[in-house]
Amino acid sequence: MSDAVVTLADGAGGKASRRLVEGLFLEELRNPMLEPLGDAALVAANGTRLAFTTDSYVVRPLRFPGGDIGELAVNGTVNDLAVSGAVPVALSAGFVIEEGFPLDELRRLAASMARAALGAGVSVAAGDTKVVERGAADGLYVTTAGIGLLDLRAVLGAGRVRPGDRVLVSGGIAEHGIAVMLARGNLELELDVESDTAPLNGLTAALCALGPELRWMRDPTRGGLATTLNELAAGAGATVVLDETAIPVRDDVRAACEILGIDPLYVANEGKLVAVVSPGSADAALAALRSHPLGAGAAVIGEIRADEDPLVLVDTPFGGSRIVDMLVGDPLPRIC
Amino acid sequence: MRYVDEYRDAEAVHAIAAELRGLVVPGRRVKLMEVCGGHTHAIYRHGLEALLPDEVELVHGPGCPVCVIPMGRVDDGISIAERPEVTFASFGDMLRVPGGRRRSLLEAKARGADVRTVYSPLDALGLAQREPEREVVFFGVGFETTAPATALTLQRARELGVGNFSVFCNHVLIGPALRAILDSPDTEIDGFVGPGHVSTVIGTRPYDFVCSEYRRPVVVAGFEPTDILQAVAMLLRQLRDGRAEVENAYGRVVRDEGNPRALAALDEVFAVRDDFEWRGLGAIPRSGLRIADAYADWDAERRFEVPGARIEDPKACRCGDVLRGLAKPVDCGVFGTACTPERPLGTCMVSSEGACAAYYAYGRHLARDKMPV
Amino acid sequence: MCLGVPGRILERVDGDLARVDFTGVRRNVNVAFTPDAEPGDWVLVHVGFALARIDEDEARATLALLGEAIAAELDASIPSDNLSRARKAQ
Repeated sequence: MSDAVVTLADGAGGKASRRLVEGLFLEELRNPMLEPLGDAALVAANGTRLAFTTDSYVVRPLRFPGGDIGELAVNGTVNDLAVSGAVPVALSAGFVIEEGFPLDELRRLAASMARAALGAGVSVAAGDTKVVERGAADGLYVTTAGIGLLDLRAVLGAGRVRPGDRVLVSGGIAEHGIAVMLARGNLELELDVESDTAPLNGLTAALCALGPELRWMRDPTRGGLATTLNELAAGAGATVVLDETAIPVRDDVRAACEILGIDPLYVANEGKLVAVVSPGSADAALAALRSHPLGAGAAVIGEIRADEDPLVLVDTPFGGSRIVDMLVGDPLPRIC
Repeated sequence: MRYVDEYRDAEAVHAIAAELRGLVVPGRRVKLMEVCGGHTHAIYRHGLEALLPDEVELVHGPGCPVCVIPMGRVDDGISIAERPEVTFASFGDMLRVPGGRRRSLLEAKARGADVRTVYSPLDALGLAQREPEREVVFFGVGFETTAPATALTLQRARELGVGNFSVFCNHVLIGPALRAILDSPDTEIDGFVGPGHVSTVIGTRPYDFVCSEYRRPVVVAGFEPTDILQAVAMLLRQLRDGRAEVENAYGRVVRDEGNPRALAALDEVFAVRDDFEWRGLGAIPRSGLRIADAYADWDAERRFEVPGARIEDPKACRCGDVLRGLAKPVDCGVFGTACTPERPLGTCMVSSEGACAAYYAYGRHLARDKMPV
Repeated sequence: MCLGVPGRILERVDGDLARVDFTGVRRNVNVAFTPDAEPGDWVLVHVGFALARIDEDEARATLALLGEAIAAELDASIPSDNLSRARKAQ
């Protein structure tokens, strides 16, 4: 965190973001429901166990290959509920709109959200709109909150992870971040990649059927797979070891990352999930993911190892290994 | 990816690693320096040090042009960026480099400066053409690999008469840095892995002096794992045979004469400064480029007043020793504690290609008992 | 910063520009420093400029050396009666 002001790094999802959340917000707001800092809070009320989450969307540009801010906002919150082991039920949507924003564009985005909600099997049940002066809000900001009913088959948490457990990803990484970055037009690269934004609740329900063999799930958004797995390592107090050759990345996405000097492990995804399962259930988990259209490219990418220093390591094909640290700076700002 | 994957073939890598074992004299330590940030990065990213025989130590030299820019010059850049009429365009790697008082371009951006990341200096020129009411300044950083791109961009700016564009020139030359390392009294480098991409521009002849005057072998290498290990093998063979020659192991892109057109552009657009300060190494004569008088109208240093302060490295910083191969990152008292990639004290930690940053990011698990976590 | 990436020239665009393909990613690259490079040629690209044409013969020569290293390693690790079988399989 900078000494006196917030910088873009604080919003990137990596170390600086974590410090802002833990050092400022958690300090002020501290309570048992917030403390775990999971993707969703677990709320018990009247004998029902709910998951409750919120997210803000500030992506630029508002529309990009494969999606728009509306679709992102619905899928993103659905996914935070889904990876917490919940069946998403309802969302709220708050809009902060800049004066002068075209109404037909707003209608297009709302229609997009409706389609996304239908696709995810949820309703946008409540909302709010505010309009701010020209120059503020940079067009449009969207905040969604969501509630879901906890799937009682699943008992999830980083603390449930054991040495020998396998790490799976549901498909190719880095597509969303690269698609948005290209849509900004200032890097002059052309490639046919689209955001992978998608609702993951179908995939997560399939994995929840594994019961306690499923330990932990997340959707690796800002900061990419690297950041999410560093959070896992810290939460589990164990080392995550990845096999470099097993991590799925499309050839052209990999090439774009090479040109820009960015590691795909740090690039945002919006339609992928990463899961940790027991060694005995890895085959079943992979089969469950691959039988779903969104999980066709699923792969086992690594495993958990006991270690006093929780790290994420990548084994290279040459017998060496390297640490994959948490994101420090921000390679691609305003990706989500 | 063609011309990449074949040179990352695991079988080939292991085969060369096996060859290396036969090329060392057991117990006789050899120190080889690689002078290119790209090599440092590649070695750590692919975990190649694990494949070297114990006798071979790779030392990471001053090959990171982002890292060696003195804090005072970063501050000068920030002062230009903070002007309300300026759009400051820079390569991404420069944004987080702290100047004096730990401020960086990224922080300046947070406080309202118009700082933008570009992939190419031509993109910065394009910005100037599209936004004629802005003063676009490009932060020119890099060795002879990158300087020709800046040179050509300035030539275009002049041809097209783009008046709202200028370059803040901090390009540096690898040859004088090599000489400074070799002239250091306690340097113990036995051979050099030559910078592959710099050499596409300058060719292989500029390294002749290393062999003729200092009797050390140089092998110019590419950046894939097989390229690097191949170069190590060739250096070990030279040492075994008592030779000190320049060899080119990157023949697929490096020609002995370099790239004449790129060199001509450098000649036309730039002049060599009498002195330039390198962070960690001090002032090295005739090691930095400035914009030639013919292009004065596009020289940001002539267009804008800059503080021009000289800021000392913190006393605890051992970057000078690390750059000369006299210390490893873990030998520095502040490595990983007061000096980390997020809050770097010295040049070696400042960009992902610096020796300490690369070691911290990729390799610190190899020496965990020495390192505070 | 030493980032040099190989790409294949698809076509010349006006002036000194060429459209280059990098495994499915395309970008306009300035080829003023590699005037002899033609569509179909591979070039090394750094910050939007082609710095050198990739010489196919040199590339193959380096790969051949790698092949020899692999063969030598194979020879060293396999008992002689299996050697010819291993060579045929390569």
